[in-house]
Amino acid sequence: MKPAPFDYVRPGSLDDALAALAGDPGAKVLAGGQSLVPLLSMRLAAPSRLVDINGLPELSGIEANDDGVRVGALARHADVLASEDVRRVQPLVSLALANVAHATIRNRGTTVGSIVHADAAAEMPMVLCLLGGSVDVAGPAGRRTIPADELYVGPLESSLHHDEIALSAYFPALNPGAGVGFEEIARRHGDYALCGVGAVVTGDTVVAGYLSVCDVPTVVDLSGVADADLGDAALEHLDPGDDIHASADYRAQLVRVLTARVVGAARKMAA
Amino acid sequence: MTTKLFGTRVQRVEDQRFLRGRGRYVDDVLSGQRVLHAAVLRSPHAHARVLEVHVEDVLDVDGVHAVWTYEDLAELSAPMADPLPLLIPHPTLTHGRTQHALADGEVNYVGEAIAFVVADDRYVAEDAVGRIRVDYEVLPPVVGIAAARAATNLVHEDVPGNVGARMEQSNGDAPAAIAAAPHTLSLDLLVERSSCQPMEGRGTVARWDPDINRMTVWSSTQTSTGVRAAIAVKLGLDLGQVDVVTPDVGGGFGVKINHPWPEELLVPLAARALGRPVKFIEDRREHFISSAHERGQVHHVEVGYDDDGRVLGLDVQFWHDHGAYTPYGLIVPIITSTQLLGPYKPGAYRVRFESLYTNTVMVTPYRGAGRPQGCFVMERTMDAIAEALGKDRAEVRATNFIQPDEFPYDHGLIFQDGRELEYDSGDYPASLEKIKALVGWDEFPAYKAEMAAQGRHVGIGLACYVEGTGVGPYEGAHVHIETSGKVKVATGLTTQGQGHATVFAQIVADVLGVPLSDVEVVTGDTRRMPYAVGTFASRAAVMSGSAIHLAATRAKEKVLRIAADALEANEDDLEIVDGVVSVRGAPSSSIALGTVAVLSNPLRYAFDEQSKLATQFSVGDPGKPPVAEDDEPGLEGKDFYSPERSTFASGMHAVIVETDPLTAEIRILKYAVVHDCGHLINPMIVEGQIHGGVAQGVGGALYERMAYDESGQLLNASFMDFLMPYVTEVPTSIEIDHLETPSPLNPLGIKGAGEAGVIPSAAVFASAISDAEGFPITSMPISPSELYALRLQNSVVDERAQRASRDTKETS
Ligand SMILES: Cc1cc2nc3c(=O)[nH]c(=O)nc-3n(C[C@H](O)[C@H](O)[C@H](O)COP(=O)(O)OP(=O)(O)OC[C@H]3O[C@@H](n4cnc5c(N)ncnc54)[C@H](O)[C@@H]3O)c2cc1C
Repeated sequence: MKPAPFDYVRPGSLDDALAALAGDPGAKVLAGGQSLVPLLSMRLAAPSRLVDINGLPELSGIEANDDGVRVGALARHADVLASEDVRRVQPLVSLALANVAHATIRNRGTTVGSIVHADAAAEMPMVLCLLGGSVDVAGPAGRRTIPADELYVGPLESSLHHDEIALSAYFPALNPGAGVGFEEIARRHGDYALCGVGAVVTGDTVVAGYLSVCDVPTVVDLSGVADADLGDAALEHLDPGDDIHASADYRAQLVRVLTARVVGAARKMAA
Repeated sequence: MTTKLFGTRVQRVEDQRFLRGRGRYVDDVLSGQRVLHAAVLRSPHAHARVLEVHVEDVLDVDGVHAVWTYEDLAELSAPMADPLPLLIPHPTLTHGRTQHALADGEVNYVGEAIAFVVADDRYVAEDAVGRIRVDYEVLPPVVGIAAARAATNLVHEDVPGNVGARMEQSNGDAPAAIAAAPHTLSLDLLVERSSCQPMEGRGTVARWDPDINRMTVWSSTQTSTGVRAAIAVKLGLDLGQVDVVTPDVGGGFGVKINHPWPEELLVPLAARALGRPVKFIEDRREHFISSAHERGQVHHVEVGYDDDGRVLGLDVQFWHDHGAYTPYGLIVPIITSTQLLGPYKPGAYRVRFESLYTNTVMVTPYRGAGRPQGCFVMERTMDAIAEALGKDRAEVRATNFIQPDEFPYDHGLIFQDGRELEYDSGDYPASLEKIKALVGWDEFPAYKAEMAAQGRHVGIGLACYVEGTGVGPYEGAHVHIETSGKVKVATGLTTQGQGHATVFAQIVADVLGVPLSDVEVVTGDTRRMPYAVGTFASRAAVMSGSAIHLAATRAKEKVLRIAADALEANEDDLEIVDGVVSVRGAPSSSIALGTVAVLSNPLRYAFDEQSKLATQFSVGDPGKPPVAEDDEPGLEGKDFYSPERSTFASGMHAVIVETDPLTAEIRILKYAVVHDCGHLINPMIVEGQIHGGVAQGVGGALYERMAYDESGQLLNASFMDFLMPYVTEVPTSIEIDHLETPSPLNPLGIKGAGEAGVIPSAAVFASAISDAEGFPITSMPISPSELYALRLQNSVVDERAQRASRDTKETS
């Protein structure tokens, strides 16, 4: 469990970081390291260079205003979770973050890192999609904004280019009168979930987001669906799989149970 | 009189060091010195012929010092080319097989060692391992008990039917008793594989000193004397040339009693060949795929019983998945086959098992060692009888108990130590009363009804066990009173965090009348105590505890003899309090223990004021030799304890669980334990063992398993996917009550307590979940997903069905 050899650079400016990335097609960005370092140690990934962005303090901000929440690339899960402003402006972010891993991992892992790592079992990519957020990135060609619905192209695959660095993620604010809910079931406290569901209810509009029961974070419009059929309606858009922890049948059952609970909770908050 | 420490909640003397991070583990040994590091190339295939290993690419890599395959071993030391030892032979183990230190042409599990690399550091060593190419001819793998029994493919070409051993034991004519019984039942019961997973994996460091031809080895082991003997044999050294020291060990749970591991031999071999200290520290993935597993067994039960639920005949057949090799013999299935009986006395009993080879990691004892499976089988059977008769589960158990006046109770079987399975003492009816009170057994039906009215499912489970502890052959101890009055104690078995330094010191402090802080205990160092067996089978307190008691008593006899002489008093009138020997009732007539130690060793030279007392012009009768003919210099006591047979501890667990009607999640509402390990040396330490055991048992019952796919790949070889419970998954409180039925077999009346906590877990959870769900649980562990599947199978109404019926009502 020792990584293969790699170069390590810790640039002091974004331009240097971009140059370091562009200079080596085998380079990877290192943020909190909570996903990347285990992959290195198990030799499941062997990048030739790590570009550590922890020397770029300008990326660590968390801003929350009436429009929404912007989370910088170095903001740790724990800091975002602790922010009262974030909780007020978009409570779904905080609700979901409390389910991300364990305290020690939240202290190092970054929310943006999680979003670009694009794990369909992770909470924050789904939340970004459900809220219709976006990610700002910088690359050799300049900056661009990637809307959430264009971010995820496959399992563990985002539309970020190899030579781009994500600068921040943006979550729109909760509309007045709207409600949100989030719940997941994991085998152990803090584990990646067997199934997780988030919901946003705005008037008659009901949308739900799913993790761990689909290849990429999936958002389903459930507006107008009878309460008793919410889960089954969602399942038409999902693809729960079998693995050593749970059967597809069981995950489908969790989709039904959690969808009902989470939509209920969002309605209650909206009321 | 110094207050007696035996039986009191003495704070562990180890804790300050461990909690402050000052433990010194094998990876800490020689750190900062010019140590070379080893890594192992392991088979990626479950079953394959190794045609050729290409090491050329690696030999000249910078920082690589050695790359060895099987071909290199004979030249380094001839016995290294032989298979590893089969530690515990048994006449029925007709086809025992062990692996080689490095694979000889064939690999039989994913993880089997093929090549050994020594390099400047572990990074370079792993890089080198990654560059070795191997040509394999992949063979069909045998995975799981069903495939092993089918024997379409063979693990070892020369082992027909994949059967390593067939064994049968019986007492009476069980089939006839069953045929004649008024009621009969048959059950099929399965327990899956898990493993020990100590926090610290395996690890070995060795240093060869060519000037004096001596090898020093530090290993994270449960038996330093065993490792020492194995290294001596395999490296062609005399025992006297090899010292094995066990530093702090970060948990063992059984896996480190198996020995020698390939690396335990290859590391000293490399240290000698390369002339530099060498270190191997196993990583977690290696632990999953190359250390041992346990528990996988399939059982079939036939039972005949009367109207009261009394078992008239019990006929059990089971199939034990031994993995690829049998280095530890048949200990696990023998324990299942005998300890299955628990506190009960069936009219007649027959047990038969087959020990089967599969292309998976080998199986050796894991805490409980076959007992959890046996307990699961017996307790499921008790529950099934109660269910069939519509009787209370506790009552059916009580009907079958061995009664307190029936001890010693001989089951007419042979136990794991080759001796009669004869229980020394116990009081099972009293334990049952205690556990019922502790968990609220009699009040539970009302609680269950109350919960049901709220739409909640709760269930209660009960499981009883008996554990043969303190197996032989022996342990020894050496007690040395220094001239400072401090007492040094050495015993040869090893410590993995149990608190031996505390409990052994309690025993010595009581015997010698010294403060606990004056006693220092050393374990697992062959330089201090070369004769020892090891730490397993809940034997340390019983075996070394008794030996230490005997050795301390010998030292005390000498203290009193010398002190009586010095004080011109009668030995019988002396007492030792706080390290001072004095005449009872005449405290002014006294002598410090340290001074007695000085007097015990006639000196020519004085080094301080105190030692002047023992020099030749101060003491001794000039007409007699300074050391009497039948005496030795020094204030020491040495003794060994070797009992006729094991002592049998017992206990009962009860649990109340809640199962979620929709998600099938399983929550623990209450966990209760009644435990009888004879006299308690330190109740706090016993309770700690129980807490740990229960936590480990929760893991085994509800979370952990070894998920092999059909090709023999272990799919969950990391803590990401092997679900060891976190603190959030284990009960926040465990209610414990003790019963103390002393053992007549040792001077302290003690029995072992180390493994007990984990034994009844699968049984007690299966019992409680069955009770909550209303259908039998026959396979453990169980996950919510599996419970959900069982509900569907047993056509328990699920969410969809509930909703469908509601919808129909609404539309009609
Ligand atoms: C035991 C454990 C349990 C966990 N459980 C959960 C869980 O339940 N839910 C969950 O969501 N996560 C979980 N995680 C993952 C954790 O949340 C990670 O922190 C997160 O997924 C990645 O963030 P990071 O900052 O650590 O990224 P890193 O590990 O540093 O990087 C991850 C990947 O993203 C890339 N990357 C990171 N930042 C940027 C950037 N700014 N621009 C471009 N590329 C970037 C890296 O190159 C790398 O490929 C768990 C981790 C562990 C170790």
